[in-house]
Amino acid sequence: MIKFFLMVNKQGQTRLSKYYEHVDINKRTLLETEVIKSCLSRSNEQCSFIEYKDFKLIYRQYAALFIVVGVNDTENEMAIYEFIHNFVEVLDEYFSRVESIDELPKICSALEPQQACFSPDSSFKGAASTTPIY
Amino acid sequence: MSDIVEKTLTALPGLFLQNQPGGGPAAAKASFSSRLGSLVRGITALTSKHEEEKLIQQELSSLKATVSAPTTTLKMMKECMVRLIYCEMLGYDASFGYIHAIKLAQQGNLLEKRVGYLAVSLFLHESHELLLLLVNTVVKDLQSTNLVEVCMALTVVSQIFPREMIPAVLPLIEDKLQHSKEIIRRKAVLALYKFHLIAPNQVQHIHIKFRKALCDRDVGVMAASLHIYLRMIKENSSGYKDLTGSFVTILKQVVGGKLPVDFNYHILLQVLQKYILLLYLTMILTISAIFIFLSLAILFECVHTVYSIYPKSELLEKAAKCIGKFVLSPKINLKYLGLKALTYVIQQDPTLALQHQMTIIECLDHPDPIIKRETLELLYRITNAQNVTVIVQKMLEYLHQSKEEYVIVNLVGKIADVLVLNTVDTYAPDNAWFIQTMNAVFSVGGDVMHPDIPNNFLRLLAEGFDDETEDQQLRLYAVQSYLTLLDMENVFYPQRFLQVMSWVLGEYSYLLDKETPAEVIAKLYKLLMNDSVSSETKTWLIAAVTKLTPQAHSSDTVERLIHEFTISLDTCMRQHAFELKHLHENVELMKSLLPVDRSCEDLAVDASLSFLDGFVAEGLSQGAAPYKPHHQRQEEKLSQEKVLNFEPYGLSFSSSGFTGRQSPAGISLGSDISGNSAETGLKETNSLKLEGIKKLWGKEGYLPKKESKTGDESGALPIPQESIMENVDQAITKKDQSQVLTQSKEEKEKQLLASSLFVGLGSESTVNLLGKADTVSHKFRRKSKIKEAKSGETSSTHNMTCSSFSSLSNVAYEDDYYLNTLHDRGDKELKTFSLNSELLDSESLTELPLVEKFSNCSLSTPSLFADNSMEIFHPPQSIAASVAKESSLASSFLEETTEYIHSNAMEVCNNETISVSSYKIWKDDCLLMVWSVTNKSGLELKSANLEIFPAENFKVTEQPGCCLPIMEAESTKSFQYSVQIEKPFTEGILSGFISYHMMDTHSAQLEFSVNLSLLDFIRPLKISSEDFGKLWLSFANDVKQNVKMSESQAALSSALKTLQQKLRLHIIEIIGNEGLLACQLLPSIPCLLHCRVYADVLALWFRSSCSTLPDYLLYQCQKVMEGS
Repeated sequence: MIKFFLMVNKQGQTRLSKYYEHVDINKRTLLETEVIKSCLSRSNEQCSFIEYKDFKLIYRQYAALFIVVGVNDTENEMAIYEFIHNFVEVLDEYFSRVESIDELPKICSALEPQQACFSPDSSFKGAASTTPIY
Repeated sequence: MSDIVEKTLTALPGLFLQNQPGGGPAAAKASFSSRLGSLVRGITALTSKHEEEKLIQQELSSLKATVSAPTTTLKMMKECMVRLIYCEMLGYDASFGYIHAIKLAQQGNLLEKRVGYLAVSLFLHESHELLLLLVNTVVKDLQSTNLVEVCMALTVVSQIFPREMIPAVLPLIEDKLQHSKEIIRRKAVLALYKFHLIAPNQVQHIHIKFRKALCDRDVGVMAASLHIYLRMIKENSSGYKDLTGSFVTILKQVVGGKLPVDFNYHILLQVLQKYILLLYLTMILTISAIFIFLSLAILFECVHTVYSIYPKSELLEKAAKCIGKFVLSPKINLKYLGLKALTYVIQQDPTLALQHQMTIIECLDHPDPIIKRETLELLYRITNAQNVTVIVQKMLEYLHQSKEEYVIVNLVGKIADVLVLNTVDTYAPDNAWFIQTMNAVFSVGGDVMHPDIPNNFLRLLAEGFDDETEDQQLRLYAVQSYLTLLDMENVFYPQRFLQVMSWVLGEYSYLLDKETPAEVIAKLYKLLMNDSVSSETKTWLIAAVTKLTPQAHSSDTVERLIHEFTISLDTCMRQHAFELKHLHENVELMKSLLPVDRSCEDLAVDASLSFLDGFVAEGLSQGAAPYKPHHQRQEEKLSQEKVLNFEPYGLSFSSSGFTGRQSPAGISLGSDISGNSAETGLKETNSLKLEGIKKLWGKEGYLPKKESKTGDESGALPIPQESIMENVDQAITKKDQSQVLTQSKEEKEKQLLASSLFVGLGSESTVNLLGKADTVSHKFRRKSKIKEAKSGETSSTHNMTCSSFSSLSNVAYEDDYYLNTLHDRGDKELKTFSLNSELLDSESLTELPLVEKFSNCSLSTPSLFADNSMEIFHPPQSIAASVAKESSLASSFLEETTEYIHSNAMEVCNNETISVSSYKIWKDDCLLMVWSVTNKSGLELKSANLEIFPAENFKVTEQPGCCLPIMEAESTKSFQYSVQIEKPFTEGILSGFISYHMMDTHSAQLEFSVNLSLLDFIRPLKISSEDFGKLWLSFANDVKQNVKMSESQAALSSALKTLQQKLRLHIIEIIGNEGLLACQLLPSIPCLLHCRVYADVLALWFRSSCSTLPDYLLYQCQKVMEGS
């Protein structure tokens, strides 16, 4: 079950956040700071899954942009990992230059309606299948 | 699938573009949110958090002005909303814009509406009050002819919707299930899914439609409906067995490539975990051999499934191969997944751990802490008596490195679980190590650990093991080590650790010969004077001092302490100090009160405080007011404050009218207040010292009540390994041996570590071959040694449970003899009773008591018991006695309970030794669950214990006499639990386990669960028509519905009879074509039903003080009416 979806740049500024369970606005900032901190501190050799409190963070880095998904432990990490990539590919299809930071929030706000595609309790509904580059 | 996605994705951006004159994505973007762009750029350029705050505040104030200005057009509003969303995402409060978002959703054109809805779904949460304003808009949009509007409305409904307003949109959404567009159908299913999550009662009637959705021709709709089923099946797996076929078909289509490959595999697989569908899983395992990440994710789920369903060797083999692929992968993410998979399977198949032992060792030293942690988790699962030292050491190492509180709590819990919680099977090899490890654990995690851990640790110390001298040594060692720790200056220990120390010192200081109690007291006193010690700890300390005082002949320290703390500001401390002071004056009394080393003995406590009756009576005769319980006093206070009494009869009705509690004659003094002598005494005697002393004992007194969580997964682990794995082991060790020569030194070290880690898993030879001597024998290893011996005999039989049986073969044979003779006799005798012959044909007589029990329960004929059928056959000697005793016990029990209605017995779980069946007795004041446990084997079971897990909606209380130290062969015992409801629910599961010991080694545990429905807590409410009238008006929640009656129940009276029988409603009166019924949900939530018949329609009208009860009862009524 996905708890939240975050897009953060390397400076730790939030680009996009979407919570699937209500979190108090003050707590959000706190949570985001901690999440970003734990993601930024990791190197390439380390795995993309972090256990944070009682949930798991799965992150992927695209240039200067981090996408972090928080899930509870019923979720399959690898599937979420691929899902992030899928999401980025979808963005890429519709808007060019996803990796450029300036454009992103705009893109995401515009794209937000499609986020309805993944409703809170189901990890991936309707996301198209693509073979990753790896 | 992908074409739908395309549609979903194209639909809305397309709209954005249409509305922008000039077209072209670039132009659209520029005009759509250029100001947002500049805001974002502005923020990115800033470096400090402070500047960002300033900028956003500026932005927000300008936005506030814009949105509230009347001249703002909807188009501008939309643009403002986007910026507001962004501000809120950054964590700044933008609540002033919420109402405007709702307005935008209401008034705007398609695009503006979209943004409005989006903003609403991001800003608000389910219980937000403004959400009610949205309902009307949603209803309007759902009825719209424009597909996009319907889509948006459905989307927002599936994201947030107030629970109370579901009925308003439910019919509309149900209609949408038949819509011609698949996207609408899909979204409708998702919306219903949301409803199912937040209010399962309200969508109960459309389950049929879900089935239709499952068979929808569109994949998306089908996939969406799977979510609903996944959830429903998780709640009640047996109810949907008939759907297995459909799931299999879906899976087949997926596997056959007929459907586009999509992500839904694993959802399906989770559904399938409930069933046994080996064939298709095999197919998936083969197909997923392609090496892409996504298929690996699916593969992982497959492996998980394979191990959670009934094991089949062929599949296990394949799964093991897959795990190998994961674990050996150079990619770190895959390795992680592999470790996780290993953790799942390790309990079932420890050979896998042996295969991958070198990888595991590597992972243990991995630079990535996450991998390390996962490895520790894995090791934790394979802990046994032999490798415990190494594993705990590794865990401690990690513990010292980690800073995060959550990690510490988790890890400390695990170490303690290995060492302490597991009282039956503690793995600790020797005293010194045990105490030192616990010291380390306490000093690192002392303040964050679960409170059970110190409690269990103390209990372990107090109750000890089998060997008394060992216990004494353990305690002595603990006392000594704590004294050394306390001697160190300037070291701060966590409070919990200090508490543990003070208890141990208080109880067991007498074991010391060198140091006198006075010296210990002096140390404790030093701690007491320390400011950094919390007041809770101080009470522990002073309790310890109190315990030590009678042993120390005279001590200045005690006097000083009394002097110091009788003036303490902390009332609790003062109380303790006073107690100590008074006891100190009477040393003889003190000695008898605080005997040495008696912490494990139970105290008989007079809970009713009857010894105070005289005191109370005296007080009352002198004119004191009788004691009123707290809630009564509060009620009276409230009623005095009220001028107008708006809800006059409800309260008194439920509290005094039905509980029927009467006040003791001498004390009630004519008032109708229920005064209780005991409580009065308690409140009025603060000069009585006896009460306070009990408090001292409270710390130990409640220790024995703590339940041990026997982590039997790990406990049962060592049994199968030895026998099953010997072959594999030898193969591995041979290979190891041949490699030894070429190995580098580093490798050797790793090997050593591996061998010490996996020592318990393999046979002894592994260790020896690797050149490491077997670890010193320890007292706790007694068990494992026996097992090793056994494994020799039983290695050919691969049945783990057999091992304990066959080793006891002599006993078993003897018993068999008895059994057979008994069987023959019983057979004949019982046939004359014309009982079910199938049951009698069962091979061993071990089932006989069960048969008796079963027949009696299922036939529910008390007469069979009444004439004591059991005593007709006289089984020989020892067994005979026990069986007869049991049967008479059972019969008396049943006689007692037959006055209440009870359900048929249903077997909930069984294995070869024991079988548990349960039935419900609907008593007037509670639901009585009876689990009757039958020991089928010819062996005596020790400390059979049945425990019920705490459930969130119920309060379960054990009836007295349920703990059994010994359960004789072939006997049946009943465990009774009364269940009270704490909060209304629809379906609940009560689960628990039965644990027992066979002989002295083999302990086993069997889990079971029973479904409870709210109906089990519904009881008739016997009131008069007049009361009904009064109550009817006082209840706010009502539900009305018309139900069609079938031919058979055309008359009102017969229809009501059915309701009375099936739902336990009470018929108050039938007047013409109207009927009044009443019932109550235990303990005392009344619900009233008014029925009226027109032609063949029955109009039901429920009212209750509880909001969910009418809904639920209505549903049950419908079911009953349809069913009959």
